[in-house]
Amino acid sequence: MSASFVPSRWVPGDRLATRRAAPSVAAGAPTIGVLALQGDVLEHLRALERCGARAVTVRRADQLAAVDGLVLPGGESTTIGKLLDRFGLRLPIRARIDAGLPVFGTCAGMILLSDELDQAVGQPLIGGLAVRTRRNAFGRQRDSFDTRLEVAGIAGGPIDVAFIRAPRVERVLRDDVEVLAAIDGHPVVVRQGALLATAFHPEVTGDDRLHAAFVASVRSAHDRGQRTIA
Amino acid sequence: MSEQGSTAAASSPERGTVRVKRGLADMLKGGVIMDVVDAEQARIAEAAGAVAVMALERVPADIRADGGVARMSDPQMIDQIVEAVSIPVMAKARIGHFVEAQVLQSLGVDYVDESEVLTPADEANHIDKWRFDVPFVCGATNLGEALRRLSEGAAMIRSKGEAGTGNVVEATRHMRSITAEIRRLATMDETELYQAAKHHQAPVELIRECAETGRLPVVLFTAGGIATPADAAMMMQLGADGVFVGSGIFKSGNPDQRAQAIVEATTHFDDPEVVAKVSRGLGEAMVGIEMSELPADQQYAGRGW
Repeated sequence: MSASFVPSRWVPGDRLATRRAAPSVAAGAPTIGVLALQGDVLEHLRALERCGARAVTVRRADQLAAVDGLVLPGGESTTIGKLLDRFGLRLPIRARIDAGLPVFGTCAGMILLSDELDQAVGQPLIGGLAVRTRRNAFGRQRDSFDTRLEVAGIAGGPIDVAFIRAPRVERVLRDDVEVLAAIDGHPVVVRQGALLATAFHPEVTGDDRLHAAFVASVRSAHDRGQRTIA
Repeated sequence: MSEQGSTAAASSPERGTVRVKRGLADMLKGGVIMDVVDAEQARIAEAAGAVAVMALERVPADIRADGGVARMSDPQMIDQIVEAVSIPVMAKARIGHFVEAQVLQSLGVDYVDESEVLTPADEANHIDKWRFDVPFVCGATNLGEALRRLSEGAAMIRSKGEAGTGNVVEATRHMRSITAEIRRLATMDETELYQAAKHHQAPVELIRECAETGRLPVVLFTAGGIATPADAAMMMQLGADGVFVGSGIFKSGNPDQRAQAIVEATTHFDDPEVVAKVSRGLGEAMVGIEMSELPADQQYAGRGW
């Protein structure tokens, strides 16, 4: 078979980076759940493992008790929201958030964390993050894009990210919401206490710096908790 | 607009990249994509929890019943469906019909299905999918076929099954074929992978990637004959990342309840108690066709190569 058979636009192994896991998890690593009702769960599990966390899937409310932090993955927010209600997970997750659980939401996860949507579609939200978010704010799939983005507090230059039918924050509703990055004045990375949300997908690029920052915040919250108990 | 915090500018955005094409399919994983023929069905599908809808003029069962040439849907109907729902909208183009694909891209559909369910427009060539910004999903019956579609630019694969039959046996055959062939690659050494590439008639780089990861390089859904929640859960246990349901929903007695049940069974595919619970009292499933009653010239899976 001649080499020219391979199209030039196909990059060999371009997906390997997002599929590799760390070889093993160190003792005392925090346990971080990935909500696994629908969406790109695998990519988040692998990214968390590469950052030194023990990553587990969460499909039932009783699995929530075991996690020190939670990731709400990319996916279809309408689908995930409905399944959260049907399987009795939405209110238990909100209760953990109100009690200080660190949560990282990407894309659909940002939508689910938002207190408000600016479209009246009546889809179920977990809430807790004081922002008003707009779904599909950049347009349809033909408007999806790759870019590099400076994020406040993340060292090492711009982060490699993908915006896929992405939302954005239209309005910040409280003063304690920090905007860590924005595009054309619209926030796309926000943090409020233990909650972190991005409009884009850091998990599909292999650039793990946001996951590393989240794992570090879960680890310090976890260590604080351990000290309090001791 | 809030001015708090930093407002860093993004570098120039790149659209239509391999990553955003394959990435959208990643976001659909664990979900159900439903065939719909009008805006009303699209709304029912969205309300039931579909991750996307496939807009087409007739569901495969009706294409079988009606006969004749099956083509891309009327753009007006696709527009109405795009307007009706907030989830991604897919639409079908005939195999090799690159102008139907151009039209679908111009309408703003989120994924094009180059589909054997429609009558092929080219008996030698599939669409050169690299030329498009819109991502493509293609059908495959085995690993070689899947990798050839990837080499042409497909960003997502679905096992073909046999559409419009309500019979899961062909979907099972194709899923088992693809996953077993990938498992076999994982046992081979570097030298043997060249022979495997020759055997599968696929690029060796793609063969190597399957061998290393134990998966296709893109998302693998299943399609063609899924009619019940148990069918969907079985395909997920066989290694599918998600499920297309065509005639199975709107050709059944109680579409909205069945659609919701299939969504729930796809999420909890490894929990028989959930599958049992959602399967209760769904009413009539679509009637279905036994494969031995389907003449060879009416089997769609043989279209494409």
